[in-house]
Amino acid sequence: MVRESFHEQLDKLRGDIVRMGNLVVNAIDMATTAFKRRDMDLAEKVVMDDEKIDRLELEIEKKCMSLLALQQPLARDLRFIGTALKINTDLERIGDYACNIAKIVLTIGKEPFIKPLVDLPHMAELCRQMVKDNLNAFINQDREKALATAKKDHEVDHLYQEVFQELLALMMQNSQNIRQATFLLMIARHLERIGDHATNLSEWIIYMVSGERLELNEKLF
Amino acid sequence: MENKMETRKLSVYYKNFQALYSVDLPIQKNAVTALIGPSGCGKSTFLRALNRMNEVIEGTRVEGEVLLDGKNIYDPRVDPVALRKKVGMVFQKPNPFPMSIFDNVAYGPRIHGIKKKTDLEQIVHKSLAAAALWDEVKDRLYKSALGLSGGQQQRLVIARVLAVEPEVILMDEPASALDPISTAKLEDLIHQLKQNYTIVIVTHNMQQAARVSDYTGFFLNGELIEYNTTTAIFTAPREKRTEDYITGRFG
Ligand SMILES: Nc1ncnc2c1ncn2[C@@H]1O[C@H](COP(=O)(O)OP(=O)(O)OP(=O)(O)O)[C@@H](O)[C@H]1O
Ligand SMILES: [Mg+2]
Repeated sequence: MVRESFHEQLDKLRGDIVRMGNLVVNAIDMATTAFKRRDMDLAEKVVMDDEKIDRLELEIEKKCMSLLALQQPLARDLRFIGTALKINTDLERIGDYACNIAKIVLTIGKEPFIKPLVDLPHMAELCRQMVKDNLNAFINQDREKALATAKKDHEVDHLYQEVFQELLALMMQNSQNIRQATFLLMIARHLERIGDHATNLSEWIIYMVSGERLELNEKLF
Repeated sequence: MENKMETRKLSVYYKNFQALYSVDLPIQKNAVTALIGPSGCGKSTFLRALNRMNEVIEGTRVEGEVLLDGKNIYDPRVDPVALRKKVGMVFQKPNPFPMSIFDNVAYGPRIHGIKKKTDLEQIVHKSLAAAALWDEVKDRLYKSALGLSGGQQQRLVIARVLAVEPEVILMDEPASALDPISTAKLEDLIHQLKQNYTIVIVTHNMQQAARVSDYTGFFLNGELIEYNTTTAIFTAPREKRTEDYITGRFG
């Protein structure tokens, strides 16, 4: 009886993580769209919605702590709750980065871009996809999917390098570019960090499924 | 790490019924090995095979080997009484004898020929202290052991086992009749005892196995399904059947 309600509570926790993940994927999505379309209202919404993510993070954390204390979970249940605790933090951080990007969009406002946007939206799409795919890997207990997802971080890192060089060149060409180039660089940096946190998600999902702790984040910088 | 005991292809039969199937299990010296598994899987049978207590049950038959310090305890030259002095046993229900606390602890040494009062006093003191019971009973040594609480009785039984200076202590669900405080005391005691003894414990309480043991073996239907460090078994077991059992998803 007690165990049954325990398993129900685990299912609820799983649902909360999925809810959290969806909020975060949406935040990345909206921040990117706001950026591309100069949609200030949408950027505002991302900033407002971040509070929901923060609140849900605390709620999930509380649930994990009480399950640990009251049920003393073992084996797969222990790994699941441990994973929930860890990816809860990673998801919240990713939400923060999306929120920061939205704030930069608000700062840049409607001023014309100093360069056509190609690589940044591409990076953002990769990041969104990584989080989304890991969310599915989490739901389906799919180790291979989590592993394949982590591999995409190389691409994000590579694009970050390119964007970095390109913006540096623009700043050196014309000091008028420095202000916006710095903002764009910050966006690139935030996306690169999202990629790293998405890789953490992969690591924890793999641990949850198989008990292996792999180090998938290659530190290039 | 060194194996204090080891079973090799150990099978045990009750008449025609096979209760254990070819079990290979190492028992590390100065460590606690926990045996877990559902009721009827053969834990007690396995435990009893480690000091030939099965032999007192009619119709039992043993195949394979049980090594103690590398020597097979089923060798016909081995004296079972001497063996059980080395490999002592603590049962589920505390079973003090209806005599004084002192006489309970002195019982084994007397059987083994120790008669001098001062020697016995010394053994009783040492054993009760090692069983973390001395302070609680030192003023009532000559009162009946039946007046002790359940937790105290269980520690008295452990003192009685320690009095004959065993090397290995087998415990079959020693805490199942104890309240949480007595259980905590017993677990602390097990932790201290492993410095000088090798301990094998059967328990139905997963958290207890996780707390007290260094190695864990999971039995199912008379087979040893998985053996590993306790940390590995309780965080990431290799076998799905182990995982299902310890997370309560069995059957
Ligand atoms: N004296 C006996 N005669 C016949 N069969 C027995 C005897 N003792 C045990 N068995 C059988 O052997 C199997 C293993 O029993 P055992 O007592 O070793 O299980 P266990 O794991 O200790 O169970 P529990 O957790 O309930 O104490 C069971 O099927 C049991 O019915
Ligand atoms: Mg039993």
